[in-house]
Amino acid sequence: MIRFEDVTKRYPGGQEALSGLSLSVDKGEMLFITGHSGAGKSTLLRLVALIERPSSGQVIVDGQNTSRVKRRKIPAYRRQIGMVFQDHKLLYDRPVADNVGLPLIIAGVNHRDAGRRVRAALDQVGLLHKEKRNPETLSAGEQQRVGIARAIVTRPKLLIADEPTGNLDPDLSLEVMRIFRRFNEVGVTLLIASHDISLIDRMGCRRIALDEGKLVPDEEEEESWQ
Amino acid sequence: MAVTRHSDAVAPVRSSGVIATWLTRHASTSIGSLGRLFRQPFSSLMIILVIAVTLAIPASLNLVVKNAQFVSAGWDNALDFSIYLQKGLSESEASGLAKLIEQRADVESVRLVTASDALREFKAQSGFGEALDHLADNPLPHTLVVRPSPANTSQSMILLQEELGNLPEADLVQVDTEWVQRFHAILDIIKQAIVIGASLLGIAIIVIIGNTIRLDIQNRREEIEVTKLIGASNAFVRRPFLWSGFWYGLVGGLLALGLVQYGLFLLEEPAARLAGLYQSGISILSLNLQESLSILAIGVLLGLVGSWFAAARHMRRIEPR
Repeated sequence: MIRFEDVTKRYPGGQEALSGLSLSVDKGEMLFITGHSGAGKSTLLRLVALIERPSSGQVIVDGQNTSRVKRRKIPAYRRQIGMVFQDHKLLYDRPVADNVGLPLIIAGVNHRDAGRRVRAALDQVGLLHKEKRNPETLSAGEQQRVGIARAIVTRPKLLIADEPTGNLDPDLSLEVMRIFRRFNEVGVTLLIASHDISLIDRMGCRRIALDEGKLVPDEEEEESWQ
Repeated sequence: MAVTRHSDAVAPVRSSGVIATWLTRHASTSIGSLGRLFRQPFSSLMIILVIAVTLAIPASLNLVVKNAQFVSAGWDNALDFSIYLQKGLSESEASGLAKLIEQRADVESVRLVTASDALREFKAQSGFGEALDHLADNPLPHTLVVRPSPANTSQSMILLQEELGNLPEADLVQVDTEWVQRFHAILDIIKQAIVIGASLLGIAIIVIIGNTIRLDIQNRREEIEVTKLIGASNAFVRRPFLWSGFWYGLVGGLLALGLVQYGLFLLEEPAARLAGLYQSGISILSLNLQESLSILAIGVLLGLVGSWFAAARHMRRIEPR
Protein backbone atom coordinates (compact mmCIF):
# COMPACT_ATOMS: atom_id res chain seq x y z
CA MET A 1 0.00 0.00 0.00
CA ILE A 2 2.76 2.41 0.95
CA ARG A 3 6.40 2.17 -0.01
CA PHE A 4 9.18 4.58 0.97
CA GLU A 5 12.32 4.17 -1.13
CA ASP A 6 15.41 5.84 0.28
CA VAL A 7 13.44 8.93 1.21
CA THR A 8 15.18 12.00 2.55
CA LYS A 9 13.37 15.13 3.59
CA ARG A 10 15.43 18.19 4.27
CA TYR A 11 13.77 21.39 5.41
CA PRO A 12 15.04 24.81 4.42
CA GLY A 13 17.86 25.52 6.83
CA GLY A 14 19.41 22.11 6.31
CA GLN A 15 17.61 20.25 9.07
CA GLU A 16 17.00 16.65 8.00
CA ALA A 17 13.65 15.25 9.16
CA LEU A 18 14.02 11.94 7.35
CA SER A 19 17.25 10.53 6.03
CA GLY A 20 17.42 7.62 3.63
CA LEU A 21 14.26 6.02 4.95
CA SER A 22 12.92 2.87 3.31
CA LEU A 23 9.88 1.02 4.53
CA SER A 24 6.76 -0.62 3.24
CA VAL A 25 3.25 -1.03 4.55
CA ASP A 26 1.08 -3.87 3.25
CA LYS A 27 -2.51 -3.57 2.18
CA GLY A 28 -4.82 -4.06 5.13
CA GLU A 29 -2.05 -3.55 7.65
CA MET A 30 -2.29 -1.44 10.79
CA LEU A 31 1.11 0.05 11.44
CA PHE A 32 2.26 2.28 14.26
CA ILE A 33 5.12 4.71 13.96
CA THR A 34 6.76 5.62 17.23
CA GLY A 35 9.56 7.89 18.24
CA HIS A 36 10.33 11.07 20.14
CA SER A 37 8.84 14.26 18.96
CA GLY A 38 11.02 15.53 16.16
CA ALA A 39 11.99 12.03 15.13
CA GLY A 40 10.25 12.43 11.79
CA LYS A 41 6.85 10.77 12.41
CA SER A 42 4.81 13.71 11.28
CA THR A 43 7.04 14.35 8.28
CA LEU A 44 6.53 10.76 7.21
CA LEU A 45 2.75 11.17 7.30
CA ARG A 46 2.94 14.55 5.57
CA LEU A 47 4.83 12.96 2.71
CA VAL A 48 2.09 10.36 2.35
CA ALA A 49 -0.58 13.09 2.33
CA LEU A 50 1.46 15.18 -0.13
CA ILE A 51 1.54 18.13 2.25
CA GLU A 52 5.28 17.90 1.69
CA ARG A 53 7.36 16.41 -1.06
CA PRO A 54 10.56 14.42 -0.42
CA SER A 55 13.92 16.08 -1.10
CA SER A 56 15.06 12.80 -2.63
CA GLY A 57 13.78 9.26 -2.93
CA GLN A 58 10.29 8.12 -3.75
CA VAL A 59 7.04 7.61 -1.91
CA ILE A 60 4.61 5.22 -3.58
CA VAL A 61 1.05 5.10 -2.30
CA ASP A 62 -1.42 2.55 -3.65
CA GLY A 63 0.69 2.13 -6.77
CA GLN A 64 0.95 5.87 -7.36
CA ASN A 65 4.33 7.54 -7.31
CA THR A 66 3.58 10.70 -5.36
CA SER A 67 6.34 12.67 -7.03
CA ARG A 68 4.43 12.31 -10.29
CA VAL A 69 1.24 13.79 -8.83
CA LYS A 70 0.99 17.29 -10.23
CA ARG A 71 0.17 20.20 -7.99
CA ARG A 72 -3.27 20.54 -9.54
CA LYS A 73 -4.00 16.87 -8.90
CA ILE A 74 -3.12 16.97 -5.21
CA PRO A 75 -6.73 17.61 -4.05
CA ALA A 76 -8.00 14.56 -5.97
CA TYR A 77 -5.12 12.53 -4.54
CA ARG A 78 -5.88 13.59 -0.97
CA ARG A 79 -9.51 12.63 -1.35
CA GLN A 80 -8.41 8.98 -1.55
CA ILE A 81 -6.86 9.17 1.89
CA GLY A 82 -8.56 9.61 5.24
CA MET A 83 -6.70 11.88 7.62
CA VAL A 84 -7.01 12.24 11.39
CA PHE A 85 -5.19 15.01 13.25
CA GLN A 86 -4.10 15.49 16.82
CA ASP A 87 -5.99 18.78 17.01
CA HIS A 88 -9.03 17.37 15.17
CA LYS A 89 -9.11 20.31 12.73
CA LEU A 90 -12.87 20.59 12.91
CA LEU A 91 -14.77 23.67 11.74
CA TYR A 92 -16.58 25.26 14.63
CA ASP A 93 -18.98 27.38 12.59
CA ARG A 94 -21.14 24.41 11.64
CA PRO A 95 -22.69 21.36 13.27
CA VAL A 96 -21.10 17.94 13.61
CA ALA A 97 -23.00 16.48 10.64
CA ASP A 98 -21.74 19.24 8.30
CA ASN A 99 -18.17 18.66 9.48
CA VAL A 100 -18.41 14.97 8.75
CA GLY A 101 -20.13 15.58 5.41
CA LEU A 102 -17.57 18.09 4.15
CA PRO A 103 -15.44 15.53 2.25
CA LEU A 104 -18.60 14.29 0.52
CA ILE A 105 -19.57 17.79 -0.53
CA ILE A 106 -16.06 18.35 -1.83
CA ALA A 107 -16.34 15.09 -3.77
CA GLY A 108 -19.69 16.19 -5.19
CA VAL A 109 -21.84 13.47 -3.64
CA ASN A 110 -25.49 14.39 -3.87
CA HIS A 111 -27.33 15.65 -0.85
CA ARG A 112 -29.42 12.60 -0.03
CA ASP A 113 -26.59 10.08 -0.33
CA ALA A 114 -24.35 12.39 1.66
CA GLY A 115 -26.84 12.55 4.53
CA ARG A 116 -27.06 8.78 4.67
CA ARG A 117 -23.32 8.29 4.64
CA VAL A 118 -22.76 10.96 7.28
CA ARG A 119 -25.15 9.19 9.62
CA ALA A 120 -23.51 5.85 8.91
CA ALA A 121 -20.07 7.32 9.69
CA LEU A 122 -21.29 8.96 12.89
CA ASP A 123 -22.92 5.71 13.90
CA GLN A 124 -19.59 3.92 13.50
CA VAL A 125 -17.91 6.24 16.01
CA GLY A 126 -20.96 6.19 18.29
CA LEU A 127 -21.97 9.83 17.88
CA LEU A 128 -25.12 9.55 15.81
CA HIS A 129 -27.14 11.25 18.54
CA LYS A 130 -24.89 14.31 18.40
CA GLU A 131 -25.05 15.09 14.69
CA LYS A 132 -26.76 18.47 15.19
CA ARG A 133 -24.44 19.67 17.97
CA ASN A 134 -21.68 22.19 17.45
CA PRO A 135 -18.32 20.45 17.82
CA GLU A 136 -17.30 23.05 20.39
CA THR A 137 -19.84 21.63 22.83
CA LEU A 138 -18.32 18.16 22.62
CA SER A 139 -15.55 16.70 24.78
CA ALA A 140 -12.04 16.25 23.34
CA GLY A 141 -12.65 12.53 22.88
CA GLU A 142 -15.91 13.12 21.07
CA GLN A 143 -14.33 15.78 18.86
CA GLN A 144 -11.63 13.32 17.89
CA ARG A 145 -14.30 10.77 17.01
CA VAL A 146 -16.00 13.38 14.82
CA GLY A 147 -12.63 13.87 13.13
CA ILE A 148 -12.42 10.12 12.56
CA ALA A 149 -15.95 9.99 11.17
CA ARG A 150 -14.98 12.74 8.73
CA ALA A 151 -11.88 10.78 7.72
CA ILE A 152 -13.78 7.58 6.96
CA VAL A 153 -16.98 9.00 5.47
CA THR A 154 -15.57 8.70 1.95
CA ARG A 155 -14.60 5.06 2.69
CA PRO A 156 -10.90 5.50 1.94
CA LYS A 157 -8.64 2.49 1.59
CA LEU A 158 -5.92 4.25 3.57
CA LEU A 159 -6.25 6.14 6.82
CA ILE A 160 -3.38 8.12 8.32
CA ALA A 161 -3.47 9.52 11.82
CA ASP A 162 -0.97 11.85 13.47
CA GLU A 163 -1.00 11.48 17.25
CA PRO A 164 -4.75 10.83 17.28
CA THR A 165 -4.73 10.23 21.02
CA GLY A 166 -2.26 12.97 21.88
CA ASN A 167 -4.79 14.99 23.86
CA LEU A 168 -6.85 12.15 25.30
CA ASP A 169 -6.76 10.30 28.57
CA PRO A 170 -5.98 6.53 28.51
CA ASP A 171 -9.61 5.34 28.43
CA LEU A 172 -10.58 7.61 25.57
CA SER A 173 -7.36 6.73 23.78
CA LEU A 174 -8.17 3.07 23.97
CA GLU A 175 -11.64 3.71 22.62
CA VAL A 176 -10.23 5.61 19.65
CA MET A 177 -7.82 2.78 18.99
CA ARG A 178 -10.63 0.25 19.10
CA ILE A 179 -12.48 2.27 16.48
CA PHE A 180 -9.35 2.20 14.32
CA ARG A 181 -9.08 -1.54 14.84
CA ARG A 182 -12.64 -2.05 13.61
CA PHE A 183 -11.85 -0.20 10.38
CA ASN A 184 -8.75 -2.29 10.00
CA GLU A 185 -10.85 -5.42 10.32
CA VAL A 186 -12.89 -4.40 7.27
CA GLY A 187 -9.76 -3.93 5.19
CA VAL A 188 -8.67 -0.33 5.73
CA THR A 189 -4.91 0.20 5.84
CA LEU A 190 -3.92 2.38 8.80
CA LEU A 191 -0.76 4.31 9.45
CA ILE A 192 -0.73 5.82 12.91
CA ALA A 193 1.93 8.01 14.45
CA SER A 194 1.95 7.88 18.22
CA HIS A 195 4.36 7.99 21.12
CA ASP A 196 1.99 6.19 23.49
CA ILE A 197 3.99 2.96 23.73
CA SER A 198 1.85 1.24 26.34
CA LEU A 199 -1.24 1.79 24.25
CA ILE A 200 0.48 0.50 21.13
CA ASP A 201 1.60 -2.58 23.03
CA ARG A 202 -1.97 -3.37 23.93
CA MET A 203 -2.99 -3.22 20.27
CA GLY A 204 -0.45 -5.89 19.27
CA CYS A 205 0.25 -4.48 15.84
CA ARG A 206 3.47 -4.09 13.92
CA ARG A 207 5.33 -0.96 14.79
CA ILE A 208 8.38 0.87 13.59
CA ALA A 209 10.44 3.36 15.51
CA LEU A 210 12.06 6.45 14.14
CA ASP A 211 14.99 8.31 15.59
CA GLU A 212 16.46 11.38 13.96
CA GLY A 213 14.81 10.46 10.69
CA LYS A 214 16.09 6.90 10.58
CA LEU A 215 14.52 3.54 11.33
CA VAL A 216 15.61 2.11 14.66
CA PRO A 217 16.34 -1.64 14.56
CA ASP A 218 13.99 -3.66 16.77
CA GLU A 219 16.37 -4.57 19.58
CA GLU A 220 17.66 -1.01 19.99
CA GLU A 221 14.16 0.28 20.06
CA GLU A 222 13.38 -1.63 23.21
CA GLU A 223 16.35 -0.06 24.96
CA SER A 224 15.67 3.44 23.78
CA TRP A 225 12.31 3.37 25.46
CA GLN A 226 13.55 2.14 28.78
CA MET B 1 -53.28 -4.61 -16.91
CA ALA B 2 -50.80 -1.84 -16.56
CA VAL B 3 -47.48 -2.74 -15.09
CA THR B 4 -47.08 -1.34 -11.63
CA ARG B 5 -43.82 0.53 -11.28
CA HIS B 6 -41.94 0.94 -8.09
CA SER B 7 -41.55 4.62 -7.60
CA ASP B 8 -38.80 4.08 -5.09
CA ALA B 9 -36.65 2.07 -7.48
CA VAL B 10 -33.07 3.26 -7.63
CA ALA B 11 -32.74 5.78 -10.42
CA PRO B 12 -30.04 4.96 -12.95
CA VAL B 13 -27.15 7.39 -13.13
CA ARG B 14 -27.81 9.91 -15.88
CA SER B 15 -25.74 12.75 -17.15
CA SER B 16 -28.53 15.08 -16.06
CA GLY B 17 -27.87 13.83 -12.54
CA VAL B 18 -24.33 15.19 -12.72
CA ILE B 19 -25.59 18.57 -13.85
CA ALA B 20 -28.26 18.54 -11.17
CA THR B 21 -25.62 17.79 -8.54
CA TRP B 22 -23.46 20.58 -9.90
CA LEU B 23 -26.39 22.98 -9.83
CA THR B 24 -27.42 22.02 -6.31
CA ARG B 25 -23.85 22.50 -5.19
CA HIS B 26 -23.75 25.99 -6.68
CA ALA B 27 -27.18 26.80 -5.32
CA SER B 28 -26.21 25.82 -1.78
CA THR B 29 -22.89 27.65 -2.02
CA SER B 30 -24.59 30.80 -3.29
CA ILE B 31 -27.18 30.71 -0.54
CA GLY B 32 -24.44 30.06 1.98
CA SER B 33 -22.55 33.12 0.75
CA LEU B 34 -25.69 35.23 0.86
CA GLY B 35 -26.32 34.05 4.41
CA ARG B 36 -22.79 35.10 5.34
CA LEU B 37 -23.53 38.64 4.12
CA PHE B 38 -26.63 38.76 6.28
CA ARG B 39 -24.69 37.60 9.32
CA GLN B 40 -22.50 40.70 9.04
CA PRO B 41 -25.23 43.15 8.08
CA PHE B 42 -23.36 46.35 8.93
CA SER B 43 -20.16 45.77 7.04
CA SER B 44 -22.04 44.20 4.13
CA LEU B 45 -24.33 47.20 3.95
CA MET B 46 -21.40 49.62 3.92
CA ILE B 47 -19.77 47.86 0.99
CA ILE B 48 -23.03 47.54 -0.90
CA LEU B 49 -23.74 51.22 -0.34
CA VAL B 50 -20.33 52.20 -1.68
CA ILE B 51 -20.87 50.04 -4.75
CA ALA B 52 -24.37 51.43 -5.25
CA VAL B 53 -23.24 55.06 -5.08
CA THR B 54 -20.29 54.36 -7.35
CA LEU B 55 -22.59 52.78 -9.91
CA ALA B 56 -25.32 55.41 -9.51
CA ILE B 57 -23.05 58.40 -10.23
CA PRO B 58 -22.18 57.54 -13.85
CA ALA B 59 -25.64 56.07 -14.41
CA SER B 60 -27.36 59.30 -13.42
CA LEU B 61 -24.89 61.51 -15.31
CA ASN B 62 -25.56 59.38 -18.34
CA LEU B 63 -29.25 59.90 -17.79
CA VAL B 64 -28.75 63.67 -17.69
CA VAL B 65 -26.98 63.57 -21.05
CA LYS B 66 -29.64 61.27 -22.45
CA ASN B 67 -32.33 63.72 -21.45
CA ALA B 68 -30.39 66.67 -22.82
CA GLN B 69 -30.00 64.83 -26.11
CA PHE B 70 -33.66 63.97 -26.19
CA VAL B 71 -34.75 67.52 -25.54
CA SER B 72 -32.31 68.98 -28.06
CA ALA B 73 -33.24 66.40 -30.68
CA GLY B 74 -36.30 68.56 -31.35
CA TRP B 75 -33.98 71.46 -32.16
CA ASP B 76 -32.33 69.52 -34.91
CA ASN B 77 -35.32 70.08 -37.16
CA ALA B 78 -35.54 73.70 -36.17
CA LEU B 79 -32.86 74.62 -38.64
CA ASP B 80 -34.90 77.46 -40.06
CA PHE B 81 -32.90 80.34 -41.35
CA SER B 82 -33.84 83.86 -42.32
CA ILE B 83 -33.09 85.69 -45.58
CA TYR B 84 -33.19 89.44 -45.20
CA LEU B 85 -34.10 90.87 -48.60
CA GLN B 86 -32.76 94.00 -50.26
CA LYS B 87 -34.38 97.24 -49.03
CA GLY B 88 -35.86 98.36 -52.33
CA LEU B 89 -37.91 95.20 -52.92
CA SER B 90 -41.70 95.54 -53.04
CA GLU B 91 -44.03 93.28 -51.10
CA SER B 92 -45.30 91.51 -54.24
CA GLU B 93 -41.76 90.88 -55.45
CA ALA B 94 -40.91 89.39 -52.07
CA SER B 95 -44.01 87.20 -52.13
CA GLY B 96 -43.13 86.03 -55.65
CA LEU B 97 -39.63 85.13 -54.53
CA ALA B 98 -41.06 83.22 -51.58
CA LYS B 99 -43.21 81.11 -53.91
CA LEU B 100 -40.22 80.48 -56.17
CA ILE B 101 -38.03 79.28 -53.37
CA GLU B 102 -40.80 77.13 -51.95
CA GLN B 103 -40.81 75.11 -55.18
CA ARG B 104 -37.29 73.83 -54.55
CA ALA B 105 -37.06 70.19 -53.53
CA ASP B 106 -34.75 70.94 -50.61
CA VAL B 107 -37.12 73.47 -49.07
CA GLU B 108 -40.18 72.52 -47.11
CA SER B 109 -41.81 75.89 -46.67
CA VAL B 110 -41.12 79.60 -46.83
CA ARG B 111 -42.86 82.19 -44.72
CA LEU B 112 -42.83 85.83 -45.69
CA VAL B 113 -42.53 88.37 -42.92
CA THR B 114 -43.24 91.72 -44.53
CA ALA B 115 -41.48 94.84 -43.31
CA SER B 116 -44.69 96.25 -41.85
CA ASP B 117 -45.46 92.94 -40.06
CA ALA B 118 -41.97 92.95 -38.65
CA LEU B 119 -42.31 96.52 -37.47
CA ARG B 120 -45.64 95.84 -35.83
CA GLU B 121 -44.20 92.84 -34.06
CA PHE B 122 -41.17 94.79 -32.98
CA LYS B 123 -43.36 97.63 -31.65
CA ALA B 124 -45.45 95.23 -29.66
CA GLN B 125 -42.55 93.36 -28.11
CA SER B 126 -39.76 95.89 -27.76
CA GLY B 127 -41.52 98.46 -25.59
CA PHE B 128 -40.35 101.27 -27.89
CA GLY B 129 -43.90 101.53 -29.31
CA GLU B 130 -44.35 105.29 -29.08
CA ALA B 131 -40.83 106.14 -30.11
CA LEU B 132 -41.06 104.04 -33.24
CA ASP B 133 -44.12 106.00 -34.40
CA HIS B 134 -41.82 108.93 -35.06
CA LEU B 135 -39.80 107.03 -37.66
CA ALA B 136 -40.28 108.51 -41.12
CA ASP B 137 -40.18 105.20 -42.87
CA ASN B 138 -39.85 101.57 -41.93
CA PRO B 139 -36.16 100.69 -41.54
CA LEU B 140 -36.85 96.94 -41.60
CA PRO B 141 -36.55 94.79 -44.75
CA HIS B 142 -38.90 92.06 -45.84
CA THR B 143 -37.73 88.73 -44.51
CA LEU B 144 -38.17 85.16 -45.74
CA VAL B 145 -38.07 82.47 -43.08
CA VAL B 146 -36.99 79.30 -44.87
CA ARG B 147 -37.62 75.88 -43.44
CA PRO B 148 -35.41 73.35 -45.25
CA SER B 149 -36.78 69.90 -45.97
CA PRO B 150 -35.83 67.34 -43.28
CA ALA B 151 -34.06 65.24 -45.91
CA ASN B 152 -31.19 67.76 -46.00
CA THR B 153 -27.81 66.75 -44.65
CA SER B 154 -25.74 69.36 -42.90
CA GLN B 155 -23.67 69.54 -46.10
CA SER B 156 -26.62 70.22 -48.43
CA MET B 157 -27.95 72.63 -45.83
CA ILE B 158 -24.86 74.82 -46.11
CA LEU B 159 -25.12 74.61 -49.92
CA LEU B 160 -28.76 75.71 -49.80
CA GLN B 161 -27.94 78.62 -47.53
CA GLU B 162 -25.14 79.73 -49.85
CA GLU B 163 -27.29 79.47 -52.97
CA LEU B 164 -30.12 81.47 -51.51
CA GLY B 165 -27.69 83.99 -50.09
CA ASN B 166 -26.30 84.57 -53.59
CA LEU B 167 -29.69 85.52 -55.03
CA PRO B 168 -29.65 89.16 -56.17
CA GLU B 169 -32.71 89.91 -53.99
CA ALA B 170 -31.04 88.57 -50.87
CA ASP B 171 -29.14 90.91 -48.60
CA LEU B 172 -28.12 88.61 -45.74
CA VAL B 173 -28.69 85.02 -44.67
CA GLN B 174 -28.77 84.45 -40.95
CA VAL B 175 -28.43 80.98 -39.45
CA ASP B 176 -29.40 80.79 -35.77
CA THR B 177 -28.71 77.17 -35.20
CA GLU B 178 -24.95 76.85 -35.03
CA TRP B 179 -25.19 76.72 -31.28
CA VAL B 180 -27.34 73.59 -31.52
CA GLN B 181 -24.49 71.83 -33.25
CA ARG B 182 -22.03 73.14 -30.69
CA PHE B 183 -24.31 71.95 -27.93
CA HIS B 184 -24.36 68.48 -29.42
CA ALA B 185 -20.60 68.42 -29.72
CA ILE B 186 -20.36 69.38 -26.05
CA LEU B 187 -22.78 66.60 -25.12
CA ASP B 188 -20.61 64.14 -27.02
CA ILE B 189 -17.56 65.24 -25.05
CA ILE B 190 -19.46 64.96 -21.77
CA LYS B 191 -20.60 61.50 -22.75
CA GLN B 192 -17.04 60.37 -23.37
CA ALA B 193 -15.93 61.94 -20.13
CA ILE B 194 -18.62 59.93 -18.35
CA VAL B 195 -17.34 56.73 -19.96
CA ILE B 196 -13.82 57.51 -18.77
CA GLY B 197 -15.04 58.44 -15.30
CA ALA B 198 -17.21 55.34 -15.13
CA SER B 199 -14.24 53.16 -16.04
CA LEU B 200 -12.24 54.65 -13.19
CA LEU B 201 -15.12 54.13 -10.79
CA GLY B 202 -15.42 50.55 -12.07
CA ILE B 203 -11.79 49.96 -11.13
CA ALA B 204 -12.58 51.44 -7.73
CA ILE B 205 -15.41 48.93 -7.28
CA ILE B 206 -13.11 46.06 -8.26
CA VAL B 207 -10.59 47.22 -5.66
CA ILE B 208 -13.23 47.63 -2.97
CA ILE B 209 -14.75 44.21 -3.55
CA GLY B 210 -11.32 42.63 -3.94
CA ASN B 211 -10.22 44.07 -0.64
CA THR B 212 -13.38 42.95 1.13
CA ILE B 213 -12.97 39.43 -0.19
CA ARG B 214 -9.30 39.45 0.80
CA LEU B 215 -10.23 40.25 4.40
CA ASP B 216 -12.89 37.57 4.27
CA ILE B 217 -10.33 35.05 3.04
CA GLN B 218 -7.95 36.00 5.84
CA ASN B 219 -10.69 35.58 8.42
CA ARG B 220 -11.50 32.15 7.10
CA ARG B 221 -7.93 31.04 6.63
CA GLU B 222 -8.21 28.12 8.99
CA GLU B 223 -11.35 26.84 7.30
CA ILE B 224 -9.66 27.07 3.91
CA GLU B 225 -6.64 25.21 5.23
CA VAL B 226 -8.74 22.41 6.67
CA THR B 227 -10.87 22.00 3.56
CA LYS B 228 -7.76 21.91 1.39
CA LEU B 229 -6.26 19.35 3.73
CA ILE B 230 -9.16 17.00 3.18
CA GLY B 231 -8.95 17.33 -0.57
CA ALA B 232 -10.71 20.49 -1.65
CA SER B 233 -9.46 21.97 -4.90
CA ASN B 234 -8.69 25.66 -5.36
CA ALA B 235 -11.92 25.95 -7.37
CA PHE B 236 -13.91 24.54 -4.47
CA VAL B 237 -12.53 26.93 -1.86
CA ARG B 238 -12.79 29.84 -4.28
CA ARG B 239 -16.44 29.24 -5.07
CA PRO B 240 -18.08 30.79 -1.98
CA PHE B 241 -15.92 33.91 -2.35
CA LEU B 242 -16.90 34.33 -5.99
CA TRP B 243 -20.51 34.06 -4.91
CA SER B 244 -19.93 36.76 -2.28
CA GLY B 245 -18.58 39.02 -5.01
CA PHE B 246 -21.58 38.19 -7.16
CA TRP B 247 -23.99 39.14 -4.39
CA TYR B 248 -22.15 42.37 -3.55
CA GLY B 249 -22.33 43.37 -7.21
CA LEU B 250 -25.95 42.38 -7.71
CA VAL B 251 -27.32 43.97 -4.54
CA GLY B 252 -25.14 47.04 -5.13
CA GLY B 253 -26.54 47.29 -8.66
CA LEU B 254 -30.11 46.98 -7.40
CA LEU B 255 -29.51 49.68 -4.83
CA ALA B 256 -27.94 51.89 -7.52
CA LEU B 257 -31.11 51.52 -9.59
CA GLY B 258 -33.11 52.48 -6.54
CA LEU B 259 -30.96 55.58 -5.97
CA VAL B 260 -31.34 56.70 -9.60
CA GLN B 261 -35.09 56.15 -9.51
CA TYR B 262 -35.34 58.08 -6.26
CA GLY B 263 -33.39 60.93 -7.82
CA LEU B 264 -35.80 60.95 -10.77
CA PHE B 265 -38.70 61.01 -8.36
CA LEU B 266 -37.24 64.09 -6.68
CA LEU B 267 -36.77 65.81 -10.05
CA GLU B 268 -40.21 64.95 -11.37
CA GLU B 269 -42.00 67.96 -9.90
CA PRO B 270 -39.49 70.68 -10.87
CA ALA B 271 -39.30 69.15 -14.34
CA ALA B 272 -43.07 69.26 -14.67
CA ARG B 273 -43.01 72.91 -13.58
CA LEU B 274 -40.36 73.70 -16.18
CA ALA B 275 -42.32 71.90 -18.87
CA GLY B 276 -45.35 73.87 -17.84
CA LEU B 277 -43.42 77.14 -18.30
CA TYR B 278 -42.48 76.11 -21.81
CA GLN B 279 -45.97 74.80 -22.41
CA SER B 280 -44.50 71.53 -23.63
CA GLY B 281 -45.30 67.96 -22.73
CA ILE B 282 -41.68 67.17 -22.02
CA SER B 283 -41.14 64.71 -19.18
CA ILE B 284 -37.93 63.21 -17.83
CA LEU B 285 -36.70 60.03 -19.48
CA SER B 286 -35.89 57.34 -16.94
CA LEU B 287 -33.73 54.25 -17.29
CA ASN B 288 -35.18 51.78 -19.77
CA LEU B 289 -35.09 48.03 -19.22
CA GLN B 290 -31.90 47.55 -21.18
CA GLU B 291 -30.07 50.25 -19.24
CA SER B 292 -31.31 48.89 -15.92
CA LEU B 293 -30.16 45.39 -16.80
CA SER B 294 -26.81 46.78 -17.93
CA ILE B 295 -26.27 48.41 -14.55
CA LEU B 296 -27.04 45.11 -12.80
CA ALA B 297 -24.81 43.21 -15.22
CA ILE B 298 -21.95 45.67 -14.72
CA GLY B 299 -22.36 45.39 -10.95
CA VAL B 300 -22.25 41.59 -11.08
CA LEU B 301 -19.33 41.58 -13.49
CA LEU B 302 -17.27 43.95 -11.34
CA GLY B 303 -18.13 41.91 -8.26
CA LEU B 304 -16.97 38.71 -9.89
CA VAL B 305 -13.79 40.26 -11.28
CA GLY B 306 -12.93 41.79 -7.89
CA SER B 307 -13.50 38.59 -5.95
CA TRP B 308 -11.72 36.55 -8.62
CA PHE B 309 -8.60 38.70 -8.32
CA ALA B 310 -8.61 38.47 -4.54
CA ALA B 311 -9.30 34.74 -4.51
CA ALA B 312 -6.72 33.92 -7.17
CA ARG B 313 -4.08 36.00 -5.40
CA HIS B 314 -4.62 34.89 -1.84
CA MET B 315 -6.10 31.41 -2.08
CA ARG B 316 -3.02 29.85 -3.61
CA ARG B 317 -0.87 31.03 -0.76
CA ILE B 318 -3.01 29.29 1.82
CA GLU B 319 -1.72 25.75 1.88
CA PRO B 320 -2.05 23.26 4.72
CA ARG B 321 0.93 23.25 7.03
